[in-house]
Amino acid sequence: MDTRKFLELLCNEDGVSGYESNLNPIIIEAFEKYTDNIVIDRLGNIIAHKKGKVSDSKNKVKIMIAAHMDEIGLMVKDIEENGFLRFTNIGGVDPRTILGQEVIVHGREDLFGVIGSKPPHLQDPKEQDKAIAMEDMTIDIGLSKEDVDKLVNIGDTITIKRELRDLIGGRVTAKALDDRAGIAATLECMKELDKINHDADIYFVTSIQEEVSMAGALVSAFKVNPDIGIAVDVGFGSTPELAKSETIELGKGPGITIGGNIHPNLRKKLVGVANEYNIPNQIEVNAGPTGTDARAIQITREGIPSLVLSIPLKYMHTSVEVVDMKDIKNTGKLLAFFIASITSENLEGLLCY
Amino acid sequence: MLLRELTESSGVSGNEKEVRDLIISEIKDHVTSLKIDRLGNIIAHKKYKGNGKRLMITAHMDEVGLIVTEIDSMGLLKFITVGGIDKRILVSKTVLIGKDKVLGVIGAKPIHLQKKNERTKALNLDELYIDIGATSKEEAEEKISIGDYVLFSSEYIEFGDGLVKAKALDNRVGCSLLVKLIKEIDDVDFYAVFTVMEEVGLVGAGPAAYEVNPDMTVILEGTLCYDMPKLDTHLIPTYLNKGPAISLIDRTTLYDREFRERIVEVAEKNKIPYQYRKTSMGGNDSGKIHIAREGSVTTTISVPCRYIHSPSSVMSKSDYNNTFALLKAILSEFKKEVL
Repeated sequence: MDTRKFLELLCNEDGVSGYESNLNPIIIEAFEKYTDNIVIDRLGNIIAHKKGKVSDSKNKVKIMIAAHMDEIGLMVKDIEENGFLRFTNIGGVDPRTILGQEVIVHGREDLFGVIGSKPPHLQDPKEQDKAIAMEDMTIDIGLSKEDVDKLVNIGDTITIKRELRDLIGGRVTAKALDDRAGIAATLECMKELDKINHDADIYFVTSIQEEVSMAGALVSAFKVNPDIGIAVDVGFGSTPELAKSETIELGKGPGITIGGNIHPNLRKKLVGVANEYNIPNQIEVNAGPTGTDARAIQITREGIPSLVLSIPLKYMHTSVEVVDMKDIKNTGKLLAFFIASITSENLEGLLCY
Repeated sequence: MLLRELTESSGVSGNEKEVRDLIISEIKDHVTSLKIDRLGNIIAHKKYKGNGKRLMITAHMDEVGLIVTEIDSMGLLKFITVGGIDKRILVSKTVLIGKDKVLGVIGAKPIHLQKKNERTKALNLDELYIDIGATSKEEAEEKISIGDYVLFSSEYIEFGDGLVKAKALDNRVGCSLLVKLIKEIDDVDFYAVFTVMEEVGLVGAGPAAYEVNPDMTVILEGTLCYDMPKLDTHLIPTYLNKGPAISLIDRTTLYDREFRERIVEVAEKNKIPYQYRKTSMGGNDSGKIHIAREGSVTTTISVPCRYIHSPSSVMSKSDYNNTFALLKAILSEFKKEVL
């Protein structure tokens, strides 16, 4: 499947943390062609296994690639007497980004709605400088309380209604590019690996609940028990309001994270591979545990050497996230070439401190 | 469907051409005379055996939006608002810029990098910008010029129990009703006027009223509706699904009581649900019309719209239909010279 098309299908589908399974058919259909075996574990992670060239289990190297399926969203908290819904957030949602949004309430059926708030004529003019709190917002699905009660339950999830669209210059905008862009890079990696030899067994994991607990990465890393775990996630893209030191730039390749969450020698190897194959890349600094699946992978079982690749993304956790398709392609390519560079012979040396 | 086409058309105040062209193509075969005046207002006349009084019905064509004021070195667009927009509704939205409707997004700082108290402050216009994907000023300038108008990107959607979500329901709903009236009524003499630049200070209405010189005017509008839960009823300006809202007073007009009472009588006689618009907030073209030349009486009849002046305003089809029924009944009374 074309990677941009795959990304579009992924982003247009809804899968708030804990409710990711809508994505399963899209991911499985795309991954099937490039992998040998796909399982869904008890928490809902999809684990796709691609065998390496080495068949004897003693010398086999296992690499796990994790990109998370879930997206941030909202959840129904209460139903008002006029049928309006009250809600709370799942994952990190800035209340300022949801006012006036169109949403889909995932009730017994998908229901269209609009987020409104306290009317301006009842606000002090000074209040316009204050953000409206989530508890002062409502969702209007245009139905009476009686009809809402039949279709909506407290606890139903809500997503912003937004479709992936092209900006100029190969950039795209959508909701949930965090981290569907990572899943798209995973597919790119598979396509590259299809063309080259690799010794290592690869386990491509699309993980659940990264935005709330990283539970998916934790249990899948336990199950796979890899020699190396790599999280493919998104990194803060450079915009005027952010310090340059906090960001990476769109179009300039994946960010390669450096810091405590990252195995230092493996990272050197990764940068070496990128430079050897002229794959653009940037350094992303993160001193402690990163906000990615690698945070969980690193401390699974007796500890797993971890890496993080970050696709530069602007306006993270809004419904208008922006990525450059080139970065997704380069992330996939770098992953594949890195995987191909790992053998049972060189792994021991790479993991030495 | 006309309301869909009208709401999805581009018509930020001062840039109404697309809406104007659409309306003209719809009405040109149904009116006796039609002119576009020097400001861009459409003034159409349906001639019929008159009763000696001039009746004018108006709807403004323009909508609130944005205008590009600067293209910065990173290719990002700075803007100001055109008409009254709560800056807080702009964050995390998609917009369409210029004639070619180039897609852009208004993003925001990631929540992860915010200080805790930032989240409670509204983002000011000077902190917001539009991103079209360009990485340099030059790349952006291939697509965008300073002065380009910016629309909310919002599709017409029907949902819930007979509701419609669209941008610019204020006042394409009025335009749609007036076009429908022109098409369906052939035996009443009236002037149909579609005005420009209502949202930036009732600019078009005065000159149009000067030209038509009406005895009485009905202004069609989409108006504030905040029937939120747990509000005291006196704080609710209009309700959805309770019929057309008839204005009492707003910031621009103290409406003629006698004319209003006649309108109410017409509604009651024809068993058409109606409500009063219970706020003095806002204003509309009536402000300029009722004081044009030697003055004339006006009434404003509105379709209630939730989340007005946002990308996602909401109205009820039953209110739309009841407003149309009331208009038809008013014209029929006018014909009988009862009005």
